[in-house]
Amino acid sequence: MSKKTNRFDMGDIDISWCPGCGDYQILTTLQETLVELDIQPKDLVMVSGIGQAAKIPQYLKCNYFNGLHGRSLPPAWAIKAANPNLVVIAESGDGCSYGEGGNHFIHTVRRNPDITNIVHNNMIYGLTKGQASPTSRIGMKTGVQVEGVILDPFNPLTIAIGLDASFVARTYAGDTKHMKEMMKQAIQHKGYALLDILQPCVSFNKLNTYQWFKERVYYLEESHDPTDRFEALRRASEVEKFPLGIFYVKDKPTFLEKHDLYQKSSEPLYIRERDLKKFAKKFL
Amino acid sequence: MSKHTISDKSDISIVLCGAAGQGIQTVEQFLTHILHEAGYYVAALKEYMSRVRGGTNSTEIRISSDKVKAYVDRIDIFIPFNKTAISRQRKRITKDTLIIGEPENILHELDAKEYNIVEISWTKIAEEIGHRIYSNTIAAGVITKLFNIDDELGKKYLRDRFANKSDEIVKKNIEAFLKGNEIANEIAKSKGIEIKIKPKKKTEKEIMVNGADIVGMGAIAGGCNFICSYPMSPSTGVLNFLAKHSADFDILVEQAEDEIAAINAGLGAAYAGARAMVTTSGGGFALMSEGISLSGMIETPIVIHIAQRPGPATGLPTRTEQGDLELALYSGHGDFPRIILAPGKLKDAFYITQEAFNLAEKFQVPVIILTDQFFVDLYYNIPSLDLSNVSIDKHIIKTEEGYQRYKLTKNGISPRGIPGFGDGLVRADSDEHDEDGFITEDLDNTRVKMVEKRLKKLEEVKKNVIPPDLIGGKDYETLVIGWGSTCNAITEALTSLGDKSISFLHFKQVYPLHEKTKEYLEKAKNLIIVENNVTSQFGKLIKLYTDLEIENKILKFTGMPFSVEELTEKIKKAVEDKK
Repeated sequence: MSKKTNRFDMGDIDISWCPGCGDYQILTTLQETLVELDIQPKDLVMVSGIGQAAKIPQYLKCNYFNGLHGRSLPPAWAIKAANPNLVVIAESGDGCSYGEGGNHFIHTVRRNPDITNIVHNNMIYGLTKGQASPTSRIGMKTGVQVEGVILDPFNPLTIAIGLDASFVARTYAGDTKHMKEMMKQAIQHKGYALLDILQPCVSFNKLNTYQWFKERVYYLEESHDPTDRFEALRRASEVEKFPLGIFYVKDKPTFLEKHDLYQKSSEPLYIRERDLKKFAKKFL
Repeated sequence: MSKHTISDKSDISIVLCGAAGQGIQTVEQFLTHILHEAGYYVAALKEYMSRVRGGTNSTEIRISSDKVKAYVDRIDIFIPFNKTAISRQRKRITKDTLIIGEPENILHELDAKEYNIVEISWTKIAEEIGHRIYSNTIAAGVITKLFNIDDELGKKYLRDRFANKSDEIVKKNIEAFLKGNEIANEIAKSKGIEIKIKPKKKTEKEIMVNGADIVGMGAIAGGCNFICSYPMSPSTGVLNFLAKHSADFDILVEQAEDEIAAINAGLGAAYAGARAMVTTSGGGFALMSEGISLSGMIETPIVIHIAQRPGPATGLPTRTEQGDLELALYSGHGDFPRIILAPGKLKDAFYITQEAFNLAEKFQVPVIILTDQFFVDLYYNIPSLDLSNVSIDKHIIKTEEGYQRYKLTKNGISPRGIPGFGDGLVRADSDEHDEDGFITEDLDNTRVKMVEKRLKKLEEVKKNVIPPDLIGGKDYETLVIGWGSTCNAITEALTSLGDKSISFLHFKQVYPLHEKTKEYLEKAKNLIIVENNVTSQFGKLIKLYTDLEIENKILKFTGMPFSVEELTEKIKKAVEDKK
């Protein structure tokens, strides 16, 4: 599909990503995925925090809520809760999603809202110019971690699977075909879907380069059973190599399916009228 | 037989005091309900320790033929439930106080010859009935009978309250209640007690509410349909209230993982068209600061209820203070308009909270409601609410293609669209943005215009400020200034002083200040400010915006509310010192 015909494309705009950044592949692939899923810009809300990845909503023709650093998930589930007719994608980087927003990540998995959570995982802080992120490897030297990172890296997949998340997948920005397939599955999944995208940072991460990833990524075998939680956990725990694909899927009721509010009506909150007569009857 | 002093009073204060979990609350609920039903003005005021069991807590119940709603030091009838009750309230107990209770809870502290003590072993009596648990019902039976309240009201209450329990439990409770009645007759006879408080005329319907519930009712009547909060004393009552009524009024209630999530979720919901609220206390609100700033930047309405408690840090979790005005005023980085409201009376809290949602929507700003522990736990009867002027004003438009969320307008208010309603796209950005909502670094043009646009809304807000209430005559020499929950205590103190040259100016909107503030203050020869904090935070705010310094400050920061007596005395002294 040519870029110009994509209804999510913003045309000739100034993009603040570095040339060669994996974010471009992610953006183009997401635009194509959304079209292929027949989603309309006015039905889509992109929610992000802060960081280079979090600028992605600005480069898509859609509604967006570009909020605070680390805080993409609380508004994302709340937007979906206020209007379930909207397609909600929360998208940010690894620092925003797993560092600053770590607590929200944990509890959003528990809440299981019907949203997609795409994380650009480049194992570095880009916008603040090259400090360690929660997913940086041990030993990586930066301007702050001058002797190298000493903290164990955060593994978002094992945490999500450990919390019995309803959809957990990983892809790689260097393989747009696989990425598109994963995006489709994640967006179509009913419930919280985590898609972690390994993505090289060409400006600040001199360790986890395209070449580095190329040598380490491989695909989960077709025989992998994504309903097997312990097998999913085992595969997600691999640290030398990075399997790609859908690790885990659990069919479970979503946040709104568990909440009373939408059991009797599917109307978004803004349409519902408050009955003051009922108020008077109840309280006065 | 001489008459006991409480016989002639038109206003009686009963204090129940004991450990958490001993049943003070049960007795309090029983008494307030029955006394209200019997047509008295009833106010219940609580103070409690931050613990689930044990400690020493107390509830003051004021019963009157007038509208009394403030805390008094005086205790007319004291009921100790444990051994530490008397020492905890020692300075409030006088020889006029009628003390009713187990001898073991009284005699180690007070000499039976000097004090007015009625020894009743109600635990033993309760055990004879079947279980010590009935002692609370006996106590309630004693009090209601001292007020000569019809037995049937008490029996009905017990039948309703224990409707889900066995007939045996209902029967035993009624037996305990009637036993309490009998004891009361003996006390009345031996102590010469004949309470003469007249029930009020039942001309209008009244409702019995507390501060947390009335804020919740205001929110429901304001159209609130989304509340996300993290439990924090003393603010949680509002969350409980909305949760309790969520099914009836289609409210999405969610307990957040932390206060940061709460406010960000609230803003997300509001962006998508919900009328959102959060409830918290100072510490939780501190965590929300960045979210407040986000509300200012993305111009998304939110109502924040802060039930204040004394800080810094964890402070005194179950006590009261008006110490977070400056936090509310300055929270959030950068410049943006906000509205801060502070109801003083329960009735006001309804209309103010209701209106808060309309204000937030109209001006697309954060609206903060400041109450405190004293206020949310305060319980009394108010005339039924008038809904004839209550409306839920929605300020949402259906968007068209090319919609600009931050369109520059004359008054700074851009028509607010929400995603999914209309053909436009709604872009909210925490970065500085242009009219479309796209990130910008156009410093000389867009940045300046957007800052001015946001601040222009403050000028609009200023045209809609709730005026302060002047209580007392217009030709005052002394003006007492107060805000928020001190309203009832100051009003009652001035009534008891009876000095026509003193008036009271109560602010229920504390920011922005009403334009007439300076005029009111300049008219007085003598200004006195009353605040439940140590630095006179409202006094500083007044100084900032009117350049008037209020030198005479009555401040309290013990964690307790002002009592009517202490205010009466302090205001009297302040006025005399000036003469």
